[in-house]
This record gives sequence, structure tokens and C-alpha cells, in this order.
Amino acid sequence: MGCNASTLAKIHNVDELILETGFSSSHICHLYNRFHSLDKDDKGLLNRDDFQNISELAVNPLGDRIINNFFPDRVDLIDFNSFARTLARFRPVENSPKKEPDSPEPINSRANKLKFAFQLYDQDKDGKISNNELLQVLRLMLGVQVTEEQLDNITDRTIQEADLDGDNAISFEEFKKSLEKVDVETVLSIRFL
Amino acid sequence: MHSPVLLQIVVLVTSTSFALWTADFPGSDASVISQILEPVGIAVESSQSSAPPLHRQYGVDTGNIASAAARAPVNDITDPIVSSRSPPGDQHRETEPVSFEIVKWNWEHAQRPFLIAVWIMVASLAKILFHLSSKVTTVVPESCLLILLGLGLGGIVLAATNRTEYQLHPKMFFLFLLPPIVLDSGYFMPSRLFFDNIGAILMYAVVGTLWNSSATGLALWGIKQAGLMDKKVDAGLMDFLLFGSLISAVDPVAVLAVFEKVHVNETLFIIVFGESLLNDAVTVVLYKVFNTFVEMGSDKVRAVDYVKGVASFFVVSLGGTVVGLVFAFILALTTRFTKRVRIIEPLFVFLLVYLSYLTAEIASLSSILAMTFCGLCCKKYVEANISQKSRTTVKYTMKTMASIAETIIFMFLGISAVDTSMWTWDSALVLFTLVFVFVFRAVGVILQTWVLNHFRLCPLDWIDQVMMSYGGLRGAVAFALVILLDKSKVKAKDYFVATTITVVFFTVMFQGLTIKPLVKWLKVKRSNQQKPTLNEELHERAFDHILAAVEDIAGHHGYHHWRDKWEHFDKKYLSQLLMRKSAYRIKDEIWDVCQKLNIRDAMSFVDQGGHVLSSAKLSLPSLPSRTSFSETSFTNLLRENGSGVCLDLQVIDTVRSIKDKEDTVMHHVLAGNLYKPRKRYQANYSRHFISADEQEWQDREVIQRNMRCRLESFRSTKHSVYQSKGKSRHKKSQKKHRSSDVNGEVPNGKPKRNISWQDTVPVVMTMESEEEEEENSGAEKEDDEGITFVARAADEVLLEGKPSSTLGVCQSPFLLPPSPTCAEKELPWKGDQGDLPACVSSETTKIVPIDLQQAWNQSISSLESLSSPPVSETQQLQRRTVPPTRLEERGAPGALARPPLDPFFQFPERALAAGRSSEEDSAECIQQQELRPLMSPDKQPRPGSSTGSAGARWPVQFNRAAQISLLKNVVTASPYKGSGQTDL
Repeated sequence: MGCNASTLAKIHNVDELILETGFSSSHICHLYNRFHSLDKDDKGLLNRDDFQNISELAVNPLGDRIINNFFPDRVDLIDFNSFARTLARFRPVENSPKKEPDSPEPINSRANKLKFAFQLYDQDKDGKISNNELLQVLRLMLGVQVTEEQLDNITDRTIQEADLDGDNAISFEEFKKSLEKVDVETVLSIRFL
Repeated sequence: MHSPVLLQIVVLVTSTSFALWTADFPGSDASVISQILEPVGIAVESSQSSAPPLHRQYGVDTGNIASAAARAPVNDITDPIVSSRSPPGDQHRETEPVSFEIVKWNWEHAQRPFLIAVWIMVASLAKILFHLSSKVTTVVPESCLLILLGLGLGGIVLAATNRTEYQLHPKMFFLFLLPPIVLDSGYFMPSRLFFDNIGAILMYAVVGTLWNSSATGLALWGIKQAGLMDKKVDAGLMDFLLFGSLISAVDPVAVLAVFEKVHVNETLFIIVFGESLLNDAVTVVLYKVFNTFVEMGSDKVRAVDYVKGVASFFVVSLGGTVVGLVFAFILALTTRFTKRVRIIEPLFVFLLVYLSYLTAEIASLSSILAMTFCGLCCKKYVEANISQKSRTTVKYTMKTMASIAETIIFMFLGISAVDTSMWTWDSALVLFTLVFVFVFRAVGVILQTWVLNHFRLCPLDWIDQVMMSYGGLRGAVAFALVILLDKSKVKAKDYFVATTITVVFFTVMFQGLTIKPLVKWLKVKRSNQQKPTLNEELHERAFDHILAAVEDIAGHHGYHHWRDKWEHFDKKYLSQLLMRKSAYRIKDEIWDVCQKLNIRDAMSFVDQGGHVLSSAKLSLPSLPSRTSFSETSFTNLLRENGSGVCLDLQVIDTVRSIKDKEDTVMHHVLAGNLYKPRKRYQANYSRHFISADEQEWQDREVIQRNMRCRLESFRSTKHSVYQSKGKSRHKKSQKKHRSSDVNGEVPNGKPKRNISWQDTVPVVMTMESEEEEEENSGAEKEDDEGITFVARAADEVLLEGKPSSTLGVCQSPFLLPPSPTCAEKELPWKGDQGDLPACVSSETTKIVPIDLQQAWNQSISSLESLSSPPVSETQQLQRRTVPPTRLEERGAPGALARPPLDPFFQFPERALAAGRSSEEDSAECIQQQELRPLMSPDKQPRPGSSTGSAGARWPVQFNRAAQISLLKNVVTASPYKGSGQTDL
């Protein structure tokens, strides 16, 4: 894929990016190529349409929301660094426990991974998954096989299950707590080539 | 240390019976023994047996084996007997009866099945005996004990008859004993986990086995060349490679037997176990190839043969898989159309999976692979298609067969080992084999893991590697394969047999014994067998979508991408094709989990009614985060027991506080003394009761009602809609009073119903008599009245006793009357003894959902009360067999739901099966519950929500009170509804 220094040179602040994301330079290179293949009209930035052109994403029930997660704070275009940073959350967590206490939290930390998932639900960005928000996601994921009544039921149950402070919504803390038994580090990771 | 003694007993008993047989029956000892042995797969290797497919599969010509000098005499003796045993032979003999015989001894007639049954019996009894001492079985794996038992039995037979005929016959093993185990493991293999780790599994299964066998074979050959081995071990390179191929395969049976008890984490388990299943293909091919080479003579082997060998590997493994998939498809499709023939549904599962095994065997493909994949792939669709009962049947039958097959395998491994005629010991060979097997396994695992960890998301750490190398147990497959060797071609067969037996014993016994301490010592991650919460299920589903999307975005078509594709394909085409429409519609997993959780919650919710009341917050068992101590323990218990099979309240409650424990003890005493006579009473009467169909329907109704109420209550709790419930609760109590006032009123008024509901017990008691003497008269009609009276009394007491607290609520200890009441509060089922009304509400709520019978009782009683006019109080009292104290108690609102009631009435089915253990019952109960379609809250008006005037009397309108009322609703809902329906 023509992965070499010249490609890297094209990327803005590449060293910083590598440091921040933890991707190796070949990862970065690979992603950069991907970025450009997604970028249909070579504008150096990606917009939502570019993402939506990925055919597989169209059949993904959460596709739209996942795309939205790539666009923080209502921006409509993202550059490569932002793109890579988002993907970096799904890097597997290194096993080496060389944690310096003052080092910043790695981008692929458990909390960050969960944050990404949490944002899928929390559409109004108020830091809470409300009953309604959960219902919408459920509707997306469950499709037509499940009746509205069942959906309600599941939603209620889920919220009750996770809701610790009784506000009938799931905060991020509660979200984390409800998944504390899940090996998120492994489950929410993919292998980048 | 009971076990050795027990063992001896078993051995003694068995040996005596053998001695008896041999003494009793005419004919030579040997012949009888050989008859005994043969059917169980013990080799009296008859030359007539046409080479079974298996032999072909492994490329061994067994035809000559039987001519081995050692066996010949036995054959001569056996064969005539075998032929005379057949029915035609019998008839022939008896063509000219001398005279009519009153009793005939037809031993030959049923000999085979009889002996098989006896052997299975012995094996099963041995299992029971082992488990009598839980201490032994936690330390020593069952497989070890069974081998020891086998050794003992074999030794006795050897001593008694001077013959060693028992043997694990390869044909028997591969055709009958192995399939159940493979089926069980394939069918119940966690498919997601399996496919998540398929890369590692394949790597270990293929590369690992290749490495192990070649390294072992070569190393042994090297030892031989170095002259360290006895000269008599007449084997060349090919022989050693052949031996290496059969000794190197990790054995699924042994692995399963040992690892099942160890509970290592799922990933580790699935890798070791998956490897042991999938390496079958490699083993088969290697064995076949080398066996052919040995028979051809190594000098004649040409390069093209090696190529063929490699090609054969692909054909065997892929072919086996394809066979499995095809049969899985057929099976799934078949079960789609079994709606009218539910009763044979389970049979299809077994038949088709077994057919896949046999088909693969016939085509000399990898039969284990075929069966594994067939079970693995068909499960999803089959489970969706067949009924719940069939599912249970399949599950239990599979487990039973696998377990018994495993038992027999290990026992006969032990028995076979006694047969010294077939083995020749060479210390060097045995010792080096042991070392090589272990060392090469370890080296192989480390090398492969090193490679794998470059690709794995969660690398396998060194502890995992140690466990994997240590878990490489050899077992019956190796033994059966070595027995299949052709002595005339493989000169060193006897040595190989001895070595194989030693290796198998060493791995199973020594490693099996030490693996548990090792796991503890290394602190291997254990599996946490928690059921997923709804949140986990839901979010993990979301995670899957996220990962698939991220892979797409990153342009990297990895595992998640393909899984996503597969799921799409499955959803769009496969499921549509293979699942019933109805099953397809409701099969969503999240909904499934939700449903299960709901049921579980509903049960435990009501079950822990008392605790809910006394703790400030409503807690659900499936909400781990919020739980108090007792609830946590309860939840865990439920979880550990899967779908909540164990709802034994006594067990559950022992984890509570000391006082509760005391109470529990007391309860046990009381329960032990009081239950039985009533149970008998009940059993006598319930026979004539209502037809099973209606009963089931009723059960369902009750559960649904309860569920609905529960759901409603949760919802309302959430929304702080406490008011109406509180009111309804209050209203209920009011109604009670009113009802007592208006005793004489028309029976179908609401108050009436209330009364009857509350007073289930007396009604139930008299129920049978009512039925029987239905036409008789008004004498019985007074039932309700008596009940009413009692109820009122209780209520009043209650009110007087605690004016400041809410009705029937045990909020805190100080409110409670002295000890009995407290006890009652915590252990509601004790209601029988205590007569303190304070506990009423908790008791009431407690039992309903747990015991369907009671629910049934209640609904029935409510129906009954409507239909039958009241009986005068005195009469009723006379009728009752129970002491007055109890009577009064029963009057209390809570009494209806108490477990002690349970003996008063039983479902017809139950009554018949009175002998069954309570566990079974509860399990059944739960399954029934699971069957039920859950809550559609809107269908029924909420029973408790009718308005009441009582707001003022309800001083504390807070959460707890609301919950209490909810609980009340749960209880009261059913009778209302039931009676309402009858009204209509």
C-alpha cells in the first residue's frame, strides 16, 4: 500500500498522533490510505456522506449513530487526526502494566471505550441515557420482530437494572457499573493491521 | 475416606455375583465369562466380525487379529454359544419338548441386553457411591476413581477365572460409547466462544497435533537408535511415527472429565476442549497414513504417498465438517415440521446427529468433526423449533447418555489394563514416552502460543500456557486406536499397548489429580458463572455492532466483519428457512434474556417479600448493584442455579443472619413434623381433581398475573405512583372488614371473593369433599363464613397491635411482636406455627410465585368459594383436622400463601409423582414458568388499582408502603381476576 515515510510526512503532527493514539507508524499509514480511499473527492477531510458510502455500514443498525460518534461537537468534517483518534479507542489494551501515575489516560482505556458506546445511546449529550434514548437504540437493534410492548418492557427493565440513583436514567457511572463484569478491554477492541 | 471402603464393597459384590454366575450356569466358566464380556464391548475378538467401518477408517485390517494365538481357543468356545444363543437356535433345540415345563430358564434369550444393563448398572452405582463422599470427589476426579474401580473389577475377574476377557473394544468404543460424549459436547458447546477462539483452537488442533506426533515419534525412534530401548522392541521409524500419532492426540473424554470439575475460565477451557475435539481429523489421518505405510513397508513408500496423505487430511477434515453441516441443515429443517409430532422431536435430534457420525464413519471421514459441527450448528435452530419439553428431554437424555458412556469408558479402561496378555512392558519405552509426551506438549504449546499471541486480541499468558500443556490428557481414543493395530504388521504392538495404557493412566490419574491444586496454586482465572444481566446483554450486542462498524470504517475485514456478515445472512435466509415462523418471531436474544430475568425476578421478588419490606428499597435479584447482603446471596444462588432451578427457600435462607438461621432450624423442625401427614392427606384427595390441561392453563394464568402485577409495580415504583396502590391495599383491608360484616351477602359480591381468597386453606381442605359430594347439600356451604370470621379476627388483631404501622408490614424489628413473629417475618413459610398477624403480608407475598401449587390453590379456592355457598363455621371447624391455632392463622390474610398449605392440595400430576424429590419439582416448576409467555400488562386491569377511600388511614405514604401494597396486589390479584372471570 505504499506505506512509507513520504506518506507519513503528509500527515499533520504525525509524531504527536502516534504518541497519542498508540498506533504504530504502519498502522497510521494503513489508516491514512483508508482515509483517502473514503475521501471521495480528495478534500482531505471526511464528511458524513463519505462514511455513509461504506456499503456495509448501511446495513449496520447502529451505523448512523456510530458515524455520528466520529463527528464530535456537531462538526461536519473531520480530518485524519480526528479520524485516527476515534479509531484508536478500539486498539487493544496493552498488557504491560507500566503505568506511570502522572501519565494521561490512554485513549484506548476502558473508560474511553465505554464512553464511545455510551455516546451511542446518549443522543442529547446530557450525560444520561434516558428511557426514550434507550428505547430508540433498542428499536434500532431489535428490528421488527419484537413488539412495542416488549420493547417497553426491555427498556424499563434495563434502566431499572442499571439505575442506581433512582432518576430513571442511566448515567455514565451507572453505565460503567452495569458493565463492570464485562471484559470491556477485550470486547471493545479490534485488531488493526 | 469412605470411598476405598465403598470401592471394596462394590468390587466384592460384583465379584460375588460373577462367581455365582459362573457357578450357576452350565458350560465352562470361560464361555460364560466370554459371553458376559462380549456384549459390553469386551473383546472376545471374533474373527467373523466383518471389519467395521472404523477399522476401515483407521486402515487396519482386523481380520487377522483374531487369529492371534492367544485368542484362538476363546473363539472356539465362544462361537457355538453365540450361535446357540440366537432365537432360531433356541427354537431348534426345543422342537421336541419332552414335557411341558412350568418355568424355563432362558438365560441365553436375554443374555446380551441383560448383561449390558448390568454393566451400566454397576457403572452407575459406582457413580453414586463415589458421590456419597463429597470429600473424595472434590479431590479425586471421577475418572480416576472409575479407572481404579475398573482395575479392581478386572483383577477380580482375572483372579476368579484366570482369564482376562474384559476389554474396551474399539468397535464398541467408536460406534457406541464415543458418540454420546461428542454429541453432548458439540451440542452444548458455547458457539460464540468457540468461534471467537476458532483460530487458536485450529492452530493447536492441527499444528499442535502434527508437531506432537511427529516429535514424539521421531524422538522415540532416536532413543531406539541410540540403543536405550530393549532390543525386542521391534519397530522402525514408521512404527514409532504411528505410535506417536496415536499417543499424541489430546482426548476429549479425558479432558472433559477433568476440566469440567476444575472451572477454569471459559477461554482456556474452550481452547483445550476444542482442540481435543478438532484434533480428531489430524489423528485419524496420521494414524491411517502411518498405518498404511507400516503395512506397505517403509521402503516402498513413495513421495506420491506423502502427497496423498496431505490431501487426505483436507478431505477427511473438511469432508467431516461438511457432513456435519449437511446433517445439521437437515435436522434443523426437520424439526421445523414436527409441530404435530412433538413427542418424537427429541428423537430426531439424536438420530440425525448420530447418523452424521455414522455417515462420516462410513465414508472414513472424521466422524468426531462431523458430529461436533452438526451439534454445534443445528442447536440454534433446533432449540427454536422444538418445544420446551422436548428441549428439556434432549438436554437430559444427552447428559445422561454422555455421562454413562464416560463412566463405562473409564471403567473399562481400568478393566482392560488388567489383561496382561496383550502388553509387554519396556521401561525405557514407557518412561521416554511419558517424558516426550509431556515435554513436547509443553514445547508445542509455548511455541504456538508465541505465534498466536501476535494475532490474538487478548494474549494467552504463561499461566494459560501451563494449564494448556498440563491439560493435554490422553484417553480412551488412544487406547482404542492402539488396540486396533495389527499385530502381524506392527511387531511391537504389545509394547505400544502397555505404553499407551501407562500414558493414559498417568495423564488421567496423575495430572487429573494434580490439576486442581495446580489451578489453585497458579491462581488461574476461574470462570464466573454469572448469568448475564440485561444491561450486559444489551450493551454487548451494541458492542458487536460498533466493532463491525469500526472494522468497516477502518477498512479492515476482520473477524467482526465476517461475523456481522454471517449474522445478516443467517437472519435473512437461514433462520427464515430453518425456523418456524412463530419461533423466528420471538427468538430475539435480548428479549429472551429479558424474559428470563423477568421470570426470575418475579419469583424471587415475591420470594423475598419480607426482605423487600424490611429493606428501604425495592430490590431485584438481577440488580446486583443495589443489593443488600441477603439479597445478594439470594441472587447468586439463583444465578448459580441457572434458570433458578433451585428455589429451595430453606437453602437460600440459611445465608441470612444468625437469627434467621435459628429460625430456619426451627422451621425445619416444624416443617419436618407437620408436612407429612398433610401431604398424604392431600395426595389422597387430589387424584380426582381437575384435568391436567386446565391445570396448566391455570398455572400459566397465575404466573402471568403475578408477572403482570410485578411489572406494573416496578413501573409504578419508578414513577412514584404509590398512591393508588397504597389505597388499594388499604381498601383491601377495608374490604375484609366489610366482608366480615356482610357475611350473609350474595356470594358473588366482591367482598365475598376477598374472603374466599384470604381463606384459602379451609376451602382447599374441603375442596375434595365438595367435589365428591357436590350434590349433597348445604352443610358444606358454609365454608366461606368460617373463613371470613377467621380472617377478620386476624385482621383486627393486626390493627390493634400496630396502629401506627401499616397493615401487616414488618418494617423493623421493634414493631414486631416477640420472637415468633420476627421469625415469621423472615421465614414466612413458617406461618403455620406462628399466629402473629404482623407477618401476614410478607408471608402472603412470599410464596405465591414460587409454588405454583399454592397459586393454584388460591385461584381454585377463589373459584370454589364463588360456586359453593358457605358452610357454617362450626361445621367447618369440625371438618378441619388441623389444630385451632393454625386455623386462626390461616384466617390471617397471609396464611393463604404459606407453603404448609401446599400439602392440602396437589395437582394431579404432582400427586402421582409425590415420590419425586423436591428439587425436581422446583425445577419443573420453573420450567413451566419459563414456558409462559410473559406479561402483557395491558390485558388485565390492574387488580389493586381500584380506588379506595382509605388514603387517610394510610399514614406513611412512602416507598415501602407502596411496595407492600404492591406485594399485596401480587397476591390478591389472582383471586380477583379468577373470580372475575367466573363471574363473567
